[in-house]
Amino acid sequence: MLPEPFQQWFARKGWQPRAHQLELLAKAHLGHSALLIAPTGAGKTLAGFLPSLVSLSQRPRHKPGTKPRGVQTLYISPLKALAVDIERNLAKPVAEMGLPITIETRTGDTPVHKRQRQKLVPPDILLTTPEQLALLLSSKDAALFFEDLKFVILDELHSLITSKRGHLLALDLARLHRLCPELQSIGLSATVANPLELRQWLVPQDGTNTVAELVTVADGAAPIIAILPTLERIPWAGHSARYAMGEIYQEITRHETTLLFVNTRSQAEFLFQELWKINDRSIPIALHHGSLDASQRRKVEQAMANDSLRAVVATSTLDMGIDWGNVDLVIHVGAPKGASRLAQRIGRANHRLDEPSKAFLVPANRFEVLECQAAINANYVRGQDTPALGVGALDVLAQHVLGMACAEPFDENELYSEVISALPYHALPRETFQKIIEFVATGGYALKVYDRYARIKKTIDGKWRIANPLFAKQYRLNVGTIVEAPVLNVRMVREGRGTKGHGGPLLGKVEESFLEMLSVGDTFLFSGKVLRFEGIRENECYVSNAQSKDPKIPAYAGGKFPLSTYLAQSVREILSDKQLWHQLPDQVCDWLEFQDQHSMLPPADRMLVETFPEGERYYMAAYPFEGRLAHQTLGMLLTRRLERAGAQPLGFVASDYSICVWGLRDMGRMIKSGALSLSALFDEDMLGDDLDAWLNESWMMKRSFRNCALISGLIEKRHPGKEKSGRQVTVSADLIYDVLRAHEPNHILLQAAYADAATGLLDIQRLGDMLARINGRITHMPLPQISPLAIPIMLDIGKERVGGSAEEDILRELADSIDAQRRLP
Amino acid sequence: MSATLQQGQSRQTVECLLAGMVAILDMSGALYFRDSQMLILADMHLEKATSGARRGLFLPPYDSKVTLDLLTRTAAKYEPTRIVFLGDSFHDTHAPSRLTDDSHTVLQSLASKSELTWITGNHDPEIPSTIAATCVSELSFDSLHFTHIPQRSVQAPQISGHLHPVATVQGRGRTLRRRCFASDGTRMILPAFGAFTGGLNIKDKAFDGLFAPKQLIAHVIGDQGIYSLPVVAANR
Repeated sequence: MLPEPFQQWFARKGWQPRAHQLELLAKAHLGHSALLIAPTGAGKTLAGFLPSLVSLSQRPRHKPGTKPRGVQTLYISPLKALAVDIERNLAKPVAEMGLPITIETRTGDTPVHKRQRQKLVPPDILLTTPEQLALLLSSKDAALFFEDLKFVILDELHSLITSKRGHLLALDLARLHRLCPELQSIGLSATVANPLELRQWLVPQDGTNTVAELVTVADGAAPIIAILPTLERIPWAGHSARYAMGEIYQEITRHETTLLFVNTRSQAEFLFQELWKINDRSIPIALHHGSLDASQRRKVEQAMANDSLRAVVATSTLDMGIDWGNVDLVIHVGAPKGASRLAQRIGRANHRLDEPSKAFLVPANRFEVLECQAAINANYVRGQDTPALGVGALDVLAQHVLGMACAEPFDENELYSEVISALPYHALPRETFQKIIEFVATGGYALKVYDRYARIKKTIDGKWRIANPLFAKQYRLNVGTIVEAPVLNVRMVREGRGTKGHGGPLLGKVEESFLEMLSVGDTFLFSGKVLRFEGIRENECYVSNAQSKDPKIPAYAGGKFPLSTYLAQSVREILSDKQLWHQLPDQVCDWLEFQDQHSMLPPADRMLVETFPEGERYYMAAYPFEGRLAHQTLGMLLTRRLERAGAQPLGFVASDYSICVWGLRDMGRMIKSGALSLSALFDEDMLGDDLDAWLNESWMMKRSFRNCALISGLIEKRHPGKEKSGRQVTVSADLIYDVLRAHEPNHILLQAAYADAATGLLDIQRLGDMLARINGRITHMPLPQISPLAIPIMLDIGKERVGGSAEEDILRELADSIDAQRRLP
Repeated sequence: MSATLQQGQSRQTVECLLAGMVAILDMSGALYFRDSQMLILADMHLEKATSGARRGLFLPPYDSKVTLDLLTRTAAKYEPTRIVFLGDSFHDTHAPSRLTDDSHTVLQSLASKSELTWITGNHDPEIPSTIAATCVSELSFDSLHFTHIPQRSVQAPQISGHLHPVATVQGRGRTLRRRCFASDGTRMILPAFGAFTGGLNIKDKAFDGLFAPKQLIAHVIGDQGIYSLPVVAANR
């Protein structure tokens, strides 16, 4: 099976080809597509490329003077850095075996001349990203370019396919399969909850229920995970884990190299800063997150590879399979939110399969202790909670349809068959597809004012053809599904120089909404430095070095994952079963014991609702454990219903674990007297009219709509440097949303935004499941005072960001306070 | 996230003094002088949505309808003898030809009730006579000077548009961005009246030197009222 040069190479290295590497090779040899599921460190990359390398080594020599051969293998990775890393790792064995194989990357950073040359003289193996693949497929010579393609290798498939990026990739893969019917897909993935989905995803779904072959590698030694023992008091609420800094630092000094994971970029900046405050031995600790300038990140990655760092504080940008040096400890600060995510992050430590990874979890508050313990338990039973694949997004489809028209005129029936052969779009109705075509052509409005300007037009031969090359150019500028909040580059200057003169190095990007809040002289934390704000010029923010004890920390949209359903279930079980408490720190057990005495422990199969007075208000706390997003939606709907029931609600606050509503009337007494029915309050019918009414006004819908509008090409993405005229000229997506909703409520893009919000920001699906679960299973505890379990959420009141209707209050409060100042003598 | 459900007193309109005259600021973004029965508004940018069609941008083609409906409601509220448009009423020179018949009817109906005075702007340097009986580049009335682009050289009290002022307001850990009237008591820049118009932060350097810094007030338009807030030191 393995040709001579390969066998010799393995022998020279003193290695044995691994069983899964040979198994995958054998399956590919028979012409099958395959999915390889393996933990980190199992030699996944080499396994994935082996079929293609063997095939390339055996082909006849290229005759000089004949047409150059096309790309034989396409490798798709979610990260540019990963593609570059793979090029390095692959080039070595290829050179050592003396194989005549060319390998090149093609990413957004590849210079134009190189890209042009790649089109004329393609490499044998092309390493690229989903966006670049979309661009290649939208070019007029796509069919020719991929003529010789035999393999497509899709790396980190588990992380790619659940997002809109994955939807786009699925559509592009469908096109590749159409261009090259013999194409074999090879998917590489970490362990997932449902491998069957991935196997279907890899091959065309033409109605014959085909799936890719499966090769799995047994997990390595079980990791050793524990909650970091602490002598300090674990706080009720908050997300900083400041209490544990000393103990975290101690662990770093006791290990060779430590990876510190956090959930958000703000937490990364905070943790980095806190560690350096106490780093009296000046051990090298670095910072790595997605907003930092690429060159800074490369530096950290390089230092990491050279083993010259002792610790790196990182966000999910380091989640994926880039090869690191000798990490012997992973510390996860904050709750992991999902069992699979934790497993993948811990897999970063110790790239040798047979040795156990070692990890500490550092919960930031007491509920997080429960969540961390649930995640640890899940790891021992190898529990998986990767999200389901989801239905293909319509905005992505609109982008793809335009791209396909750029490549060549298309027949709508043929394109429809191709689109539904991609798993996420398999159930797409024909009418919906038609609406998308109309949207791409003229915006899809009832009012036909745009017909003469159509972007694609149906010609006499019945094919849709792009009307103007300008639209192809536009498509290329807007390709991709990653929508970022508007950001400004952050650049160093000398203090006091303001926005004049030349700047120093770029530090990275920070969201404009945060920078707008700053005045000259304000300090903030970024790139691990305390920076002084010097001003904004065009799309750059100028900063200088500063000293401050209390710098602000930029907040970033996104990055906050909700608690997974799997962990939520597990947390409920731990809470309700005292037998399981021995795993928990004493102070947490004491807390739960108090709860049992003063109220009750939330039963595993019921939902606890507590009511109590506090100050001049009455509170209702519920414990669904369904994650922040579902709780926020629940909170909005509950307050509407309480209002109708006459309970005079004033507000609510939601966390990952519980929700608390407060108001002017005693809800406990209302429940007792029958004036308020809990089962009616939490009835599933709240997802009907109440939801619709609220949804239309919700900022979350507006955000979903903005993303859909950008991805589908209804509005243009902002291109850095080309936006000097400012925001006066751009039409905000919010305004479009309002107008569209009023005049064309059934527009396809509103449908797309609703579908997004339902699964994303609003988590309606999960809320619905929860309401069904607790139907008839609500336990009410009327209490004379606040319960121990309610303390964390009560502490969140007033600290959490407000949204929606409360925006008006911000204006009102400010105006009132100014009026009051004026009246002072 | 938390939210509060409270209703406060009405702030539907705000009265302020402009060069000694009482000006009523309306939530629509228009300004009304009760004494002279004049309604002033700026930057409608009619047919902005359809202006991108040539470039393949198909925004919902309803912005003129929304804008003119708002204008009709506002005019009905004050019954002005005169309406002054402070320029950029049309998004481009071809915009009048793209107006729907319904929109023309609305404009005619307005003209039958009030005298319409159109000041030209950079987006609409000329307005067809079928729409504008009177079309001027600027206007003086009483002691007031009306222009599209605010002029630093003119010392007289002036009312203008062009810049689409918005203010950012911080509270409870958030930043809000809202349209506003910007005034120091002598000069006034109106917010853009059009449904699809964006805005420029009043701290932007484009506003430098237009106002007496210490007197500058942003009359911020919220969803339920107008909030008058002093503007603190600019970002530079």
